Amino acid sequence: MSRLRIITKGIISGNPIFVLVLGMCPTLGTTTSAVNGLGMGLATTFVLMLSNLVISLIAGLIPSKVRIPSFIVVIAVFVTVVQLIMQAYVPALYETLGLFIPLIVVNCIVLGRAEAFASKNKPLDSFLDGLGSGIGFTLGLTLLGAVRELLGSGAFFGWKMLPGDGMLVFILAPGAFIALGYLMVLFNKFLKA
Amino acid sequence: MFLCLLIICLGGSAVMGSVYLITYEPIAAAQAAKVNQAIARVLPEFDNVPALEAYQVLVDGRQVTVYPAQKDGVFAGAAIEAVTTRGFGGPIKVMVGFRPDGTIHNTAVISHTETPGLGDKMDPRKSDFSLQFQGKNPGTFRLAVKKDGGQVDAITAATISSRAFCDVLDLAYRAFIQTDQKEGGKQ
Repeated sequence: MSRLRIITKGIISGNPIFVLVLGMCPTLGTTTSAVNGLGMGLATTFVLMLSNLVISLIAGLIPSKVRIPSFIVVIAVFVTVVQLIMQAYVPALYETLGLFIPLIVVNCIVLGRAEAFASKNKPLDSFLDGLGSGIGFTLGLTLLGAVRELLGSGAFFGWKMLPGDGMLVFILAPGAFIALGYLMVLFNKFLKA
Repeated sequence: MFLCLLIICLGGSAVMGSVYLITYEPIAAAQAAKVNQAIARVLPEFDNVPALEAYQVLVDGRQVTVYPAQKDGVFAGAAIEAVTTRGFGGPIKVMVGFRPDGTIHNTAVISHTETPGLGDKMDPRKSDFSLQFQGKNPGTFRLAVKKDGGQVDAITAATISSRAFCDVLDLAYRAFIQTDQKEGGKQ
């Protein structure tokens, strides 16, 4: 598989949200606005790239019985590092995303890529796979966040577009499932066409 | 197997420990800056450094931090940092600035975990909800949402968050009354 295909696979045919349907907890929980979705996506991308890289470097040394706990420890370390650095140097971003950062540890997509790709491939390829999946995840989160923000509060990236308060249900959890369902249908329709 | 996991955990702890040490001071500075910004936003003019004169008081067993402000050596009000646990999603920490006569000058939400798009409208950057308290004196202004017989316009679909906001303002006011007498004695 060429390097470029590794990246595009994570964005389109193996899109974590719309095709693999992994990492639904942060997907549904954080996408109340487009900015939140984007920030969460970027933080996850960062963790995915670094954890994939490190895991592909050490995978050969780890006995298979303790593979999952070891991967989780590596991922948790990177998440904590991201959280501390964000808190120290970009407090404004931390203020909006702080609650969601620890959720990255339990994000299935991070462990999923570690298990399915990084543990069996070379470091550079694993890094690129993390980048591709991260971009796909970020695009999915931003799109879902934008749709929910537009329908739920009549705004786009914080800019008021529609008059009135919008449909409240889209800000709440049930609206997340509804919006995600329709986006998934559309995405897969275009993928097959 | 155990050794391997042990080594990974030790390595991970070492990385986290060193990042924690490196970021400890910037994080403390960022948090102090946030408190100072909130103080500056909620108080009328002052020329001292309220954060250096801060002290704690207890109101009904709840801890409240008071940041007294002075202008030309005269008491110019106080910023009160109070927490309520009656929020919808968890504790809400608010900074409330009072003028010397007990009138609310301004409010700022320091941290909260209310529902995005609903309860988070208590943040002045998200809606005008908190602006209705400016210039109101809780001695005469009933700090309760209209549904409960008060004078506060609640946030649509976020009555619990609005009630919690009233609760924390009331707590801050009661703390301020205690302080006010203390400061009054000094003048």
